[in-house]
Amino acid sequence: MNAVVQATIEFLKLYWVPLLCGVAVVAILPLVAGYIVLVERKLMADMQARLGPMRVGPHGLLQPIADAVKLLIKEDIIPDNADKMVFWLAPVLSVGAALLSLAGLAIGPAFQIAQDINIGILFVVGISAMGIFGIVLGGWASNSHYSIMGALRSSAQLISYETAAGMALVSALLFTGTLNIKSIVEMQSKEGIWFVMLAPVAFFTYLVASIAETNRAPFDLPEAESELVAGYMTEFSGFRWSLYFLAEYTNMIVVAGVATTLFLGGWLRPFAHVSWLNFLDFLPTLILLAIAAYCVVRTPKQPTRVQQLFMLAVAGLCFVVGLVLLAPVILPMIKPSLASAVQPFYAGIHGGFWFILKVSLYIYFFMWLRFTIPRYRFDQLMRLGWHFLIPLSIINVLLVGIALIAGSYFGLHGWGLLLVTTPAAVIALLAALLILSAEKQRDAGHDPNAATDFYAG
Amino acid sequence: MLDKVLFYFFAAVAVGSAVLMVTRRNVVHGAIFLITALLATAGIFLQLRAEFLFIVQIILYVGGIMVLFVFVIMLVNLDVALQQIQFARQKWVALLVALALAGQVGLMFWSSGKMPGQGLPMLTAAAAEHLPPNSEEVAKSLFSSYLLPFEIASVLLLVAMIGAVVMAKRRT
Repeated sequence: MNAVVQATIEFLKLYWVPLLCGVAVVAILPLVAGYIVLVERKLMADMQARLGPMRVGPHGLLQPIADAVKLLIKEDIIPDNADKMVFWLAPVLSVGAALLSLAGLAIGPAFQIAQDINIGILFVVGISAMGIFGIVLGGWASNSHYSIMGALRSSAQLISYETAAGMALVSALLFTGTLNIKSIVEMQSKEGIWFVMLAPVAFFTYLVASIAETNRAPFDLPEAESELVAGYMTEFSGFRWSLYFLAEYTNMIVVAGVATTLFLGGWLRPFAHVSWLNFLDFLPTLILLAIAAYCVVRTPKQPTRVQQLFMLAVAGLCFVVGLVLLAPVILPMIKPSLASAVQPFYAGIHGGFWFILKVSLYIYFFMWLRFTIPRYRFDQLMRLGWHFLIPLSIINVLLVGIALIAGSYFGLHGWGLLLVTTPAAVIALLAALLILSAEKQRDAGHDPNAATDFYAG
Repeated sequence: MLDKVLFYFFAAVAVGSAVLMVTRRNVVHGAIFLITALLATAGIFLQLRAEFLFIVQIILYVGGIMVLFVFVIMLVNLDVALQQIQFARQKWVALLVALALAGQVGLMFWSSGKMPGQGLPMLTAAAAEHLPPNSEEVAKSLFSSYLLPFEIASVLLLVAMIGAVVMAKRRT
């Protein structure tokens, strides 16, 4: 009897726990995406000296839910001449690929749905790249010129920028010698330095390429509203449209997660091994308590009773999460014998906090760029990819490799590696300047703004 | 048990979508079924614990080559393509090649004196943690025992790439 129970537990552990985690992520993600949209709108409003959504809930805090309900009950329109099956398949493909690639990311040392796969980072990058089919097929199936133009632009853009992004990833992977996501973060913990400091040029290349890959402004040519209505999404409405939207925001989280894992130390606290910075462990609690206090202070100013209650609920939630984050730090101080028992909780909870914080900062940077830089023209976009980013990233891979060989020759580790990687980064920057000036000289012959073949690159 | 179910699932999807791919008249539908066939093959690779092969199949064939295929298909006028008769010219050549391949496979079974699937080395599944790290093993064998074929393939691809660039340049 006992053996049967044991076997059942084993079976559940093997198949049901990852499944439940997956379902939880899929269920929570639309909400997260909705709130990212809200933050984006609020941020855009702030930068344009407006207030943004204010009506639904205090400061528009319930706006995402209202939007979601609106999208779900909207009429679902399929154009007459559309290819019905492909039209149905395309958004599902897009969102499926984006959600599946999330499974490979590790939010903390223990929280990873596809645990410890050997190909780790390749899995995330490869699966998320499949989302392009959703865009291309959706654009084709709509049977509309705007849609197909958007789809064509999108596939050309993705193919161009994937090379640069891949090369940037290779430069960082040279330091780890493994593709396993957990090992990559553990390597950064062992070296005591994040790879963004060792390979800044690669980080920059990945940053630019990841914006292009997620079709975000200033590279949002596939859905440029002033030229193509809404690009590949033109004919989609209601729920299907919201699936594309979800896919776009999930993809943002995925690229931010990859950058965080590879360059920004994953779930590690900044300077995890510097003991006089241990007070940083209290930072998560302090931030959350500050938010809770602010909400309580603001409560009397809310106009209606419901809004006041909502504000208090947010404050209470922040307070509880803050206390949970505080517990693993404070308990070992009171009772040192508990230190080893609490350690996994500390790593898991605080790791999750730092990971999510870094991902949010990366996404914040995306939004910041979106409201600051005007959209590129398509030939400019292609030229930036092929003539600047790809050569730069290839040169950078070579330089990082040389720096690593020099580092192992001199027996350098951790911060010492900066001695060899900084010159490599400087040389890469010089190469970038050289490429730019060569571009300028080439352009001096003919008018750079003359209309060129859009798809020639 | 689960292994077998998964294998037959992937195999059925691969064969079924391969057949559909050549019989569909609509080129885009054909491309979709080709993608499905490639994905199902990737699934079989994954079942054989060849994780690296699985993801390379997806990144290169599905994420790279098929995107280019679809890209080209979109630029072609499909209505014109639909009017043309497909599988016209090389029918007999194709039949000949197919027969030759079937003969070769049959000969292999005949010479080994075994029916398909019989006496194949059926390894028991090893626990994932006891397997050698997949991508590392691939890299090691590529850069040590198979260095020469690897380099020859690289040079071949380089030549093809330069050829493509030269042909593209000539027109302008």
